[in-house]
Amino acid sequence: MAVGSEINPNDAISSAQKVELLFFGQLKERLKCSKLSLEITQPLTISELKLRLVSQYPHWQPWLEERELLAALNQTMSSSDEIVKAGDELAFFPPVTGG
Amino acid sequence: MSIHIQVQTDDFNVGDEHNTLCSNNKSDGAVVTFTGLVREFSSGDNVIALELEHYPGMTEQLLQSIAEQAQTRWQLARICIIHRVGYLALGEQIVFVGVTCRHRQAAFEGAQFIMDYLKNHATFWKKEHFKDSSNWVEFKQSDKKAMGRWQKKP
Repeated sequence: MAVGSEINPNDAISSAQKVELLFFGQLKERLKCSKLSLEITQPLTISELKLRLVSQYPHWQPWLEERELLAALNQTMSSSDEIVKAGDELAFFPPVTGG
Repeated sequence: MSIHIQVQTDDFNVGDEHNTLCSNNKSDGAVVTFTGLVREFSSGDNVIALELEHYPGMTEQLLQSIAEQAQTRWQLARICIIHRVGYLALGEQIVFVGVTCRHRQAAFEGAQFIMDYLKNHATFWKKEHFKDSSNWVEFKQSDKKAMGRWQKKP
């Protein structure tokens, strides 16, 4: 999977049933993925969604379970117990280092 | 009262930004600007360039919110924040923060608050390039500590 590619680009499922995932910084490089659409059938917490990702991509486990990993739900910093719904945008990234 | 936020790959001209902060401004007695540059030494090796990426959309919102907080707290009349992304060579400009205020102390503090807050919260990630390798910059605890001084009311 190339950086910048989506997992199922031709998937017929409407975006209403999907969560758009984004990865940044070192995480993006380690996962070799900048974004992907994840199909969900019901709302789930950010930590549940992480577990879904790990079961789907077991080699991502060490990076997704990194203690300092941050999450932003619909571009707002979020804790792992927040609920993700279809149509949401969820980003994972390491601590920021701008300026 | 104005806030200007810009995330861009292009360079900026500090003189132009300073003039914009000063032009037609009869109420403010103080202009404070800060410019961050790509420096040579980091963790021992010679840095030859930096690569900066960000979360488009979220970054601009965060910078806007940082500026609004500073504006309210120090009554800053004009704020300009410019942050570059992409590949930046040694000595190039990375970030610009400029503020205007009636008096200098509030202007100094406001600009410093914006930089501290930006370093701790704005969604940018920096990668250092050396001659034969590259390395993602780790978050610095000293930046977190710098935030502590703003917990108390000025």
